[in-house]
Amino acid sequence: MHIPDGFINGVTSAGAGVVAAGGLTAALRQAGARLKDRHIPLAGLVAAFVFVLQMLNFPVLPGMSGHLLGGALAAILMGPSVGIVVVSVVVIIQALLFADGGVSALGLNVINMAVVTTLVGWFVFRAIRIPLRPTRRSVLVATFVAATVSVAASAGAFVLEYAMGGVGGIDISTVSLLMIGVHVLIGLGEAAITVGVVGAVLSTRPDLVYGAADLAGDATRSTVSNRRFVGVAVVVAVALLGLATIASANPDGLEWVAARVGLAGSAQESAVASSPVAGYEVTGSGAFGTVLAGALGLGVTFGVGYGLLRLFRRRSTTKPAVPRSAR
Amino acid sequence: MSGGHAHTLHIHGHSVAHRMAPHLKVAALGIFVVAVVATPARAVPAFGVYAILLGTVAAVSGVPVRFIVRRMVIEVPFLLFAVLLPFVGSAPYLSLGGLRVSEAGLLAAWTIVAKGSCGVVASILLAATTEVPEILTGLQRLRVPAPLVAIAGFMVRYLEVIAGELSRMRVAMAARGYEARFLWQAKVLATSAGALFIRSYERGERVYLAMVSRGYTGTMPVFAAQGVTRRDYVQAFALPAIAVVVALAGWVVVA
Repeated sequence: MHIPDGFINGVTSAGAGVVAAGGLTAALRQAGARLKDRHIPLAGLVAAFVFVLQMLNFPVLPGMSGHLLGGALAAILMGPSVGIVVVSVVVIIQALLFADGGVSALGLNVINMAVVTTLVGWFVFRAIRIPLRPTRRSVLVATFVAATVSVAASAGAFVLEYAMGGVGGIDISTVSLLMIGVHVLIGLGEAAITVGVVGAVLSTRPDLVYGAADLAGDATRSTVSNRRFVGVAVVVAVALLGLATIASANPDGLEWVAARVGLAGSAQESAVASSPVAGYEVTGSGAFGTVLAGALGLGVTFGVGYGLLRLFRRRSTTKPAVPRSAR
Repeated sequence: MSGGHAHTLHIHGHSVAHRMAPHLKVAALGIFVVAVVATPARAVPAFGVYAILLGTVAAVSGVPVRFIVRRMVIEVPFLLFAVLLPFVGSAPYLSLGGLRVSEAGLLAAWTIVAKGSCGVVASILLAATTEVPEILTGLQRLRVPAPLVAIAGFMVRYLEVIAGELSRMRVAMAARGYEARFLWQAKVLATSAGALFIRSYERGERVYLAMVSRGYTGTMPVFAAQGVTRRDYVQAFALPAIAVVVALAGWVVVA
């Protein structure tokens, strides 16, 4: 997900830089008063935590890496404006210190991983909480869905940017299916970890959860049962998978964008058009086939990614690397 | 965060590149990378010039090539993507040693490899020749808003706190016979992430209180702010200036 230099063309990158700077400035202004006092250390800790989360990298084929993003966590713990600031810091430091994500693509990366995840995560979180009673459980359910959706939305933002200025002429619907599909799975992992963290903080230090300020008084302990957890996970996964496949089966909006910026060539037939899952439709089975093919592709990519992950992990068990040991 | 705790990305040294004012280095990196990205991909020799420029910096600063190559692993996912591009890209197609490859895909693969690698190496060189606190003061001098710099400073400190907590928790879990597998243990992972957060926060809170009691007011004091002379500017911007000229030449030649 960290876009390197040269992956998206210069004009799009520059535009994204302007948008990201504007968003960050607005967030800083909004956050202003809260960021002066002792919230800075908490912000720093959340940033460090998000940093570690983002190093849990899945080498997703074909080549686009996916990892946890942490935007929803930052938004729920610190509010959306501070959340944007915090995750932006992470992305900037990664580019400067760790060469992760190109310096010229900083705007794109800030938009995808800081602005979109935080805002989408926050609004989904709020939207789900409104009709529910202010209980610990409803906070955790809202957290779960918000985290999953925020990651998928981030992947969506990437697809949009790729459509506007990506190099390589890969079919946009291929890119969107892969990115959004894979990120739904990553989103579930993100949701599990976000719920774990928010739940733990609610239990011991409810004063630190911005998004649950209304129940700071009665943080009674009640855990989400395993079965319910898995149930919500499956429902969210299926819903998002459905959305993703519908969206990528009808990529007119994106193709329109691509055509407008002179990238129409990018939406042509691919060289693997004769393979059985070409066009992501198991032959002659309509919409259901699309979903099936999507699920199949997801399984395969995830399997390969997981295999690579194991491979890399085994090799590096001798040194106590932070990212892998966090699993 | 003093000398004893120098981060693993840093190569100790006293070269011109190490001594350069950090804010000029960060600015130079930005200009260089923008120039690289703005270069048309078909101007292949331009990327040779960039490689020579980066190689010169590496040689002058004494950063070993092996170190750079090892750190370039971060690029691998995108390189895999680049390798695939010629085979899944769109028409027109070329025949290359019996393989049918997409011309657009081939160009895109080259773009990603060339521009991405230049950017990654440039960033690695910055990190290798600049200590973390220096980068932070550099950002401060470049008028990056103070809260951003402060959060970044705490983040870098907390990273070590978190890493320490994490390794202690892992030892404790391993001692009790726990071995992490994949998805079906998500719940253990999630709860331990929560515990990790709380433990790190409470440690960090104590660190913060200790800092406040020693006079911390929100910004780190800048000791001996380096004076910047014209010579420093010339040294820092020589490299990006060459890159800009090469990028412009690339456009002229290709167009």
